[in-house]
Formats: sequence, C-alpha cells, structure tokens
Amino acid sequence: MQPVRIHNLQKSYGGIQALRGITFDVQEGELFGLIGPDGAGKTTLFRIITTLLKPDSGEASVLGKDVVDEYNAIRSSIGYMPGQFALYQDLSVRENMNFFASVFGTTLEQNYELVAPIYRQLEPFENRLAGALSGGMKQKLALSCALIHKPALLVLDEPTTGVDAVSRKEFWQMLHRLKAKGITILVSTPYMDEAKQCDRIALMQNGGILSIESPSAVTRQFDRQVWSVRAGSKYRLIQFLRGYEHAESVQPFGESIHYIDYRAGFDPADFKQMLERNGFQGVQVQQVAPGIEDVFIRLMEQEETYE
Amino acid sequence: MNELIIEAQNLTRKFGDFTAVDHITFDVGRGEIFGFLGANGAGKTTAMRMLTGLLSPTAGEARVAGYDVASQAEQIKQEIGYMSQKFSLYGDLTVYENIRLYGGIYGLGDEEIRKKSAELVEMLQMEALRDKRVGALPLGWKQKLAFSVALIHEPKIVFMDEPTGGVDPITRRQFWEQIYKVAEEGTTVFVTTHYMDEAEYCDRVSIMVDGRMDALGSPAELKKQFEAEDIEQVFIKLARGADRDEG
Repeated sequence: MQPVRIHNLQKSYGGIQALRGITFDVQEGELFGLIGPDGAGKTTLFRIITTLLKPDSGEASVLGKDVVDEYNAIRSSIGYMPGQFALYQDLSVRENMNFFASVFGTTLEQNYELVAPIYRQLEPFENRLAGALSGGMKQKLALSCALIHKPALLVLDEPTTGVDAVSRKEFWQMLHRLKAKGITILVSTPYMDEAKQCDRIALMQNGGILSIESPSAVTRQFDRQVWSVRAGSKYRLIQFLRGYEHAESVQPFGESIHYIDYRAGFDPADFKQMLERNGFQGVQVQQVAPGIEDVFIRLMEQEETYE
Repeated sequence: MNELIIEAQNLTRKFGDFTAVDHITFDVGRGEIFGFLGANGAGKTTAMRMLTGLLSPTAGEARVAGYDVASQAEQIKQEIGYMSQKFSLYGDLTVYENIRLYGGIYGLGDEEIRKKSAELVEMLQMEALRDKRVGALPLGWKQKLAFSVALIHEPKIVFMDEPTGGVDPITRRQFWEQIYKVAEEGTTVFVTTHYMDEAEYCDRVSIMVDGRMDALGSPAELKKQFEAEDIEQVFIKLARGADRDEG
C-alpha cells in the first residue's frame, strides 16, 4: 500500500488556483521531498493530506484512507509538523510532550525509544517554556511531539526554514534515522540544496509539479552544458552576456555566472577570447555539472514559454 | 585606498557577565557586498544593533559611514538603509503609500518624495500595481519593493536580513542582480543570512562563533582555508566548535 496517493488534486482560494491538478504517490518507507518557493502550493497540499482542508476536486488517500470520508482514521496515524511553530509557548518542554502524548492516548515513556535520539537533547531544558527555546530547539521539540504516537507517516512543512546550517544538518540526520525505522516521510522545503537528502523530489511551482524524480535523475535529465564563468565584476559580466547573441541562459550562481550557449559546437577557448576582446580580465570558463537549481530554472523558463 | 564604510575595532558588547560580541575587528569598503554569518546565538543581532546605532558598545569602537556608533548614532541612522524580509513594509498600505511613508520617515521633502516615488515605481515596472495593497503582492515583488524603499534616501550602506529567503530561483537571481547593480553604483550591502549558498554571492563573508569573528574572506579564500567544498561546510566546521549552549 502506498502511504500517500494523490490524483488530480485541485484547490482554489477565491479566484486563485493554489493546486492545479496534482498527481503523485509516495512509497512506503520513502523520504519524499516537495521543493518549491513560497506560494508554490506546498502548504495547501499538506493541509489536504493532513485532513485539515478539503480539496475542490481530485482524490487523495493517506495510509489507504480517503482524506475527506475517513479523516478521523488518518489523524490518529500521522504526525504533522506545520510550518509555523504550533506548540504551546506557555507550557514547558515536558508539559508539551505530555500534552501531545495524552491527546494521542499514549505516554512519553511508552514511545521513549523512538523519540529519544531527538528528545535527549531537550532533556536538560525540560522545564523551560517552549516559547523561550531557540529556533533549532523548538524544531526538535515540534518533531518529538509529532512522533510521540509512533505515526506511520510524518508530514513536515518546511521544518528547516529560518534554522541555521548546523541545526539543519542535524535535522536531516534525524530524518534519515527515522526513515531507517520504517517511517514514511513527506517533507517540504524552499531550500534547493536540501533536495539531495531525499529519495525522490517533486519540484513545485505555481500549484503544479514540474518534475518528480530522484535527485540524481533530476540533474541527469538536464540536456545542456552549463559553463561557470568568472571575469571580475559579476554585474558587468551579466549585462554583457545578456546582450550576447549566442546566450541562451545567463544566471548568477554564487561566485560565478552560469552560462548556457545556444550553439552545438560551443568552444570555451573562443568564448574566453571573446570576453577578453570585450575588456574582461581574469576570465575563467569551466564546465560544471548542473545542480537542482539549474534544472528548476530551466523547467520554469520552459513553462513560461509554453503558457 | 578605497573608502571604508564600516571600520570596527575590537567592538564588544557585554550583557552582565555575558559577552555577546567579543572584540570583533573588521572593515567593509564602499560598494562591497559583505556577508555576515553565524549560528543562532553567535552574536550577529547584537553586532548589527551596534552597527546601526541602536545599541552602544561596552568596549571597542566602530565607525559607520564615517560616524561613531557610540556618540553619533543619529547621523548613522541618516546614512543607512535597512531591509528585513518580514518587517519592512506595511501590508495594509498600498505600494505608493509605503514608498511615501518611508520617504517621509527618512526626511525627504514633498517634492523629492513625489519624484522618487514615480522613479521607483517605473524602475520596478510596478505602475499597474501602484495602488495595490502590499500584503496582496507576491513575495518576490515585496522583496524588490522593500529593497528599493530601503534605498530611497540614497544611503551609503544597506543592511539586509535574509533578503531572498523563500522565493523561486529565478526571482532570487533577479534580486541578486539588483544587489549587484546598487553595489556597482557604490552602495555597500551588508547581508545576514542562514542561507549558506546565499553567502556565496557576497564579495566577502565573515562567520561569527561565540561572539568572535572566526573567519573573514572571499568565499573562494574561505573554502581554500578550511578545505571545504562550499560555504556551508566552512560554516559547519566552525560552528561545530562553538561552546555556547544553544537552549
């Protein structure tokens, strides 16, 4: 049984289409990522999956149960961590744990083994109010509360947003450990660099899915050579390349510019000379493997062309 | 020598026994894009508050745009812009009203505000959205508008807090191009972010650990120095060594 099955799901708010017919399945034990910017529809999709919102049309089933007709059965077997910190700020760490455990008819002791790797880091602060915790610690507490009833499916809405790089890395390590225990995980993130942590990713934009693949397959399907170009001022280089007749795509990428050329027989040495003739100094041109962001940009550009 | 917009010498701030910022020394030049990184609790916010004239140092000194942060805080406020993704604009005011409000706050005259508003709306190609509530705009537009508004009084330096979080990769790059443009024109851009690949867009990056500035250099230099593939790895190597109890 696939823990999540979504078929042609649609949802609008007023005149705005938040989900435009989304279809995908999540396999048992999979760590599945939804990657996309704010406004892509990730949260709407998660609210439907967690039975907090009804779809306008289409079907969604979670753990074999329909999200509309059998919502009650779903609620007790999933763990959900919403994007906004949703624990009680005026309760202590321990009180929040006890509260969520009792709501699900269990206790911390009963499921201690599952939450221990995460909760142990919180134990020194058991009596601190949840509202007084740092971002990284709040996130650990929220995950512990979502896990307290041993859910078969974890749904995590942007758990790493606003959290520093070290806490983010630790959080992903925790998710891998939970996956190893057989828990299926559906997670969303706006950070493209987190895609590689997932078994499969769906790239989302404007209420639709651009692609569903494993992270390595996503970048393998990229059918263009990407050149990393450096030459002093990035701003002047971008302006110049945007006006260059053979340029297909010119995008800043950290310290360099990612450049894609229209021509089949692109010659980097000629290209370098051309830049030098136009007054650029210290020119470096290097082929690089395309990343998830290169793919996402290309898929977005293609969508715009089709529409 | 390039004009310095920030000159910090042993800048320090204590709260009781706790040293939030511990003798940091660094310079930022005119037109430079400077990344200011650190884990939660490393002292970034306290340092930023001193540099923007909101908090006095307990030791050391800093000059921003030529003014002393301890004794000339009011002058500093005239010379800086500030943009935070979350708090910069009023969602219930229109695009035009937000521009006029900030123009007024920064002390521009009526005539100047009128001229600037028209220029700004045109530059952002937001003519059609002029009378729309800002709260109803897509995030990417809000960010571009917030950035332009932070520059309305032509500050020497603009401080930005996680400027491009949450937007799609194309909008994000359009935003960086806007940053490159103002930097090329001579405005210094000071960026704090948790987004490590955002740091790679900066000319130089500093990383704070336990109140100290433990790394400072161009992204390429730091990667070489710490034998790391990217800034995220540099950051993790440094922040793992932090003593501060996170709690």
